[in-house]
Amino acid sequence: MMNSQTATQHQTHTINPQQHSKLYWIIVDTWVLILRSLKHIFKNTDQLMGLVIQPIMFMLLFRYVFGGAIQTEGTTYVNYLVAGILIQTAAFGALTTSMSVAQDLQRGIIERLKSLPTISSAVMTGHVVADLVRNTISSFVMILVGLLVGFRPTATFREWIIILGLLLLFTFALSWIAAILGLIARTVESVQWLGFLLIFPLTFASSAFVPTSGMPTVLRVFAENQPITHVIESMRALMVGTPMNNHGWIASIWCIGIIIVAIPFAAYLFRKHQTR
Amino acid sequence: MQIYAGFFCILRYNKKMNNNTITIRGLTKSFGKLKVLEGINLNVEQGTILALLGPNGAGKTTTVRILSTLIIPDDGEVTVNGYDVVEQADEVRGSIGLTGQYAAVDEYLTGQENLEMMGRLYHLSKADSKRRAQELLQQFDLVDAAARSAKTYSGGMRRRLDLAASLVATPPIVFLDEPTTGLDPRSRLAMWDIIQQLRANNATILLTTQYLEEADKLADRIAVIDRGQVIAEGTAADLKSQVGEERLVLVVAKESHFDLAVKAMNVPDMQINAVERTMSIAIKKNVSEVKQVLDRMEQAHIEIDSLSLHKPTLDDVFLRLTGDRELADNVQNKSK
Repeated sequence: MMNSQTATQHQTHTINPQQHSKLYWIIVDTWVLILRSLKHIFKNTDQLMGLVIQPIMFMLLFRYVFGGAIQTEGTTYVNYLVAGILIQTAAFGALTTSMSVAQDLQRGIIERLKSLPTISSAVMTGHVVADLVRNTISSFVMILVGLLVGFRPTATFREWIIILGLLLLFTFALSWIAAILGLIARTVESVQWLGFLLIFPLTFASSAFVPTSGMPTVLRVFAENQPITHVIESMRALMVGTPMNNHGWIASIWCIGIIIVAIPFAAYLFRKHQTR
Repeated sequence: MQIYAGFFCILRYNKKMNNNTITIRGLTKSFGKLKVLEGINLNVEQGTILALLGPNGAGKTTTVRILSTLIIPDDGEVTVNGYDVVEQADEVRGSIGLTGQYAAVDEYLTGQENLEMMGRLYHLSKADSKRRAQELLQQFDLVDAAARSAKTYSGGMRRRLDLAASLVATPPIVFLDEPTTGLDPRSRLAMWDIIQQLRANNATILLTTQYLEEADKLADRIAVIDRGQVIAEGTAADLKSQVGEERLVLVVAKESHFDLAVKAMNVPDMQINAVERTMSIAIKKNVSEVKQVLDRMEQAHIEIDSLSLHKPTLDDVFLRLTGDRELADNVQNKSK
């Protein structure tokens, strides 16, 4: 069963951990764990398919089933829809970070990382970065499908770059919230309903699929002022030329604010798990 | 004078290097109101295996989690490889390998990718990580599965990969939390083999187990813990001798002879079972005692079906030790 010759050899090599500064290890450990999460994207093909197929179904559902009954001002419904679908996809996609964090907790991987001389909280950064890549892929697919069903964007190349930047900024912010959710939920099962409870109202009580003007007052006030609507309206303005107003600034401030609060809080929760 | 000073220096040096790689003094830990550890004292000598033996919830895993810096003790002094687990957690982490209760391997990565990643996270160079991964894959009989994702591995393979992952940086100290729980007999034997090889390579090992056989087979010393306290500690032989002597068990051939046989034997502390026609007699490690017993039976013309010597097992030790405590608790409760 065992190869005893190599077994007895195993301590004869001298293997010494390298000595470097703390900052060096923060960068290297983070990079190693980012690579790990990136490998997951293409190895977990079921997840990848789910993340692409679900939004395509939504796109077709709203474009052809509900779309005929929804009135939008200034542009066609399919043009209106794409920004909403993109942000909804990003929001639900961010929950993958929660799932991955909860799974790492459940499987004892975070426990193991904490017993290593590693900057272990970098495991979350890994999942967040993988989320950005995954989201870029599914957004790309989404826009292609949109073009097939009549989406006619007016954005210039420069505007597309801003759109991508805003999408990544939003995903990054939400993904850190998702990491916090994963740490709190602890199990994949509770992530599923907790995440749904958080993301579902935020994406549907917004201007993602229908203009807010038709909503009852209380809902309309919420929908018009919550961050996701601002992000969607900015994207829409850039893509198809609807009025931008202050949406761009407000959306950016929300995202940056969330990032500033969420990262230290995630790191704090991650450490706190240790002393429990 | 100088000679004396030098001599004392050596003495002090020896005292500091007292060969204990792991020391635990007065360790306590509570989770809320639940007291999990209530003053644990333990030493593990360099290059030996200590088994922490105890039922579920005794505090075995909590002890391992404290030793591996995952949780912070409430009170007490704990050092690993000479480093304090609270004050010098990073140094401790650089000296240990931990294999927890679940196989904490990345399912989506291949066996090789898992090991190489662990090498990098232990801060080995890329080349060293690659080389160690190859060595460990060979050592743990995983070469054929090296390029497959860990998701496809059997339970035994996962455990082996998990243990291999904790050995990437050849740590001098290895913690194994229930390393064979849930493994089939063949995989368990393979795991025991690996653990013995580790010890042969001079690693200091602390393992927890619920299996007495495992502790008996692997450990140099065994600490029995129950409800957060060490209730017995020593070699397997020490513990067995605490429970007592060997017993000689005789099976009388004919049922009608049984009462006669019991009378003829006539020794104190004899256990009899009329249905199975067995008599069990304590003997004190003396072969002539066995002969005496047989002579006595022959004189009484009693036919003996079979006889056997029963050494106390660790099960006896464990049941006796934990049973005594339960008994003591009951008495205490009644007197209240």
